[in-house]
Amino acid sequence: MSPAVLNTIEVFLNGLMAGVMYSLVALGFVLIFKSSGIFNYAQGVMALFAALTLVGFQTGQIPFAHLINVVFGTDYHHWGEGMNTVLAIILTMLIMILLAWIVEKLVLRYLVNQEPIILFMATIGLAFFLEGLGDLMWGANIKVLNVGLPSGGSFWWEDVTRTWASEGSDYYGMYIDVLDVWAAGIAVVLVVALTAFSQFTKTGRALRAVADDHQAALTVGISLRTIWVVVWSIAGFVALVAGIMWGAKSGVQFSLSLIALKALPVLILGGFTSIPGAIVGGLIIGVGEKLFEYSVGPMIGGATENWFAYVLALFFLMFRPQGLFGERIIERV
Amino acid sequence: MPLVLEPGMNSSDIVLSVNNIEVIYDHVILVLKGVSLEVPRGGVVALLGANGAGKTTTIKSISNILGTERGEVTKGSIEFMGERVDALSPNELVKRGVVQVMEGRHCFEHLTVEENLLTGAYTRKATRTEINDDLELVYSYFPRLKDRRRSQAGYTSGGEQQMVTVGRALMAKPSVILLDEPSMGLAPQLVEEIFEIVKALNEKEGVTFLLAEQNTTVALRYATYGYILENGRVVMDGDAGSLAQNEDVKEFYLGMSGGDRKSFRDVKHYRRRKRWLA
Repeated sequence: MSPAVLNTIEVFLNGLMAGVMYSLVALGFVLIFKSSGIFNYAQGVMALFAALTLVGFQTGQIPFAHLINVVFGTDYHHWGEGMNTVLAIILTMLIMILLAWIVEKLVLRYLVNQEPIILFMATIGLAFFLEGLGDLMWGANIKVLNVGLPSGGSFWWEDVTRTWASEGSDYYGMYIDVLDVWAAGIAVVLVVALTAFSQFTKTGRALRAVADDHQAALTVGISLRTIWVVVWSIAGFVALVAGIMWGAKSGVQFSLSLIALKALPVLILGGFTSIPGAIVGGLIIGVGEKLFEYSVGPMIGGATENWFAYVLALFFLMFRPQGLFGERIIERV
Repeated sequence: MPLVLEPGMNSSDIVLSVNNIEVIYDHVILVLKGVSLEVPRGGVVALLGANGAGKTTTIKSISNILGTERGEVTKGSIEFMGERVDALSPNELVKRGVVQVMEGRHCFEHLTVEENLLTGAYTRKATRTEINDDLELVYSYFPRLKDRRRSQAGYTSGGEQQMVTVGRALMAKPSVILLDEPSMGLAPQLVEEIFEIVKALNEKEGVTFLLAEQNTTVALRYATYGYILENGRVVMDGDAGSLAQNEDVKEFYLGMSGGDRKSFRDVKHYRRRKRWLA
């Protein structure tokens, strides 16, 4: 194969990997949207918050240290060496469940049966609150997250692909980040587990029922409060996974909350209500923007990755507003 | 309102009693102005009245989902089996056996018919076989649903959707079903079919019904007792038979006049003179 073909394949593969990272965020959106009809603007911030908390536990940071120091004139930063990664992840998960419970208790329970736009506004508020809370608790500096997942280029893959190149070319081999491959694997497991949960369990069925009709769900005895805590906990879990993967890739920083915006075109493509859609949408966006940047980008001055996804989403909105896998908008006439 | 107890009936035969409740929406709109009613065990009680009379509000205050519409029971009490239930959450009430079927066929559109039915059993701690037996029971009453069990409920016909909601309520093994406007938007033949099923469920499964209905003719044919609501008050109640014979009911709700035709002017005059709520 000629180096040009191999380069295109490499761009394609890296696009897939980038897409998986988008999908991880989009998944959290889909879960909450599917089961409560809420577009949770705070999903990206939840991923950030989860990552911050995880790093905080791991490195033994004292929460609200800065606040405490300012108020009491002390100088605390860390309580010790930090803790085992697994323990830190479990503790962070507990924090995310607690967060879900608080969100239900303070926000959602007062908004039953309200217009989706009102719930959406509430999540915008939640996003700002969480961002501020994360800052206050753990500080705004960029942190390194290391959960022990391997990262860096795969030499094995480089060697394998070098042999594919035609004789005499100086092809160097393909670059693939091992961390991305791990992310892909984790995403697959997540999707399979979540789909099975939503399709085959009683709680999963109740989640979908609540999504369709809050009041009718109440009349069959489904407790909205329980369901919402469950949903937001799961979304918190997905946010944690996304936070870990993104944090490990590019450090835990506040711009992480902006990846939520990239999830939006992913959702428009895949459909807001489909878990597989979130994955496929992410892959299409990832591959699309990388290939576009590689092939067309140089001709028009590059930096197409910033807008390509949104333009693609715009076209989808015109021709297939429910997305590739979204539930058909049922309208009886 | 005086308690109307039939001879040989004592208060323990009353499964559901609503005592002088007042309901206010949005803190300002007074919808129910003291409604009292009683539902005896095994009865089919009809709540009749025009649009906006307060039938649905009464039903929703019993099932306690008023809160989701910014409504509130501000006075009076609601008792089920002799216990106050006005503060219970809807799911607690379903567990105790009071299930509401909302008006306007609120089935879960994106779930299949069978999944819809299964959600009905959400509060029960039953084994898989028990649930399957109950599914079969529901299908025996609604054979049409069995044919369509795998289709998405949103794509089934209006009559089938109404059957889904009633079947779903049955899956909770209720002792009382609060059935709100089952005839809404259905062809007369289907209305008849639904009411036949209500009757069969009442007789064979021993389910007590409180049904809100605008279609007075049909409702009084199937009910044992009826309450007539007007502007948030009970203006009349009695056995279904006696209500059906009542001149005023005939005039206002059954569309029958006293035999000879009246001129329209007289009718209007009569209506103006005779306000039930003076």
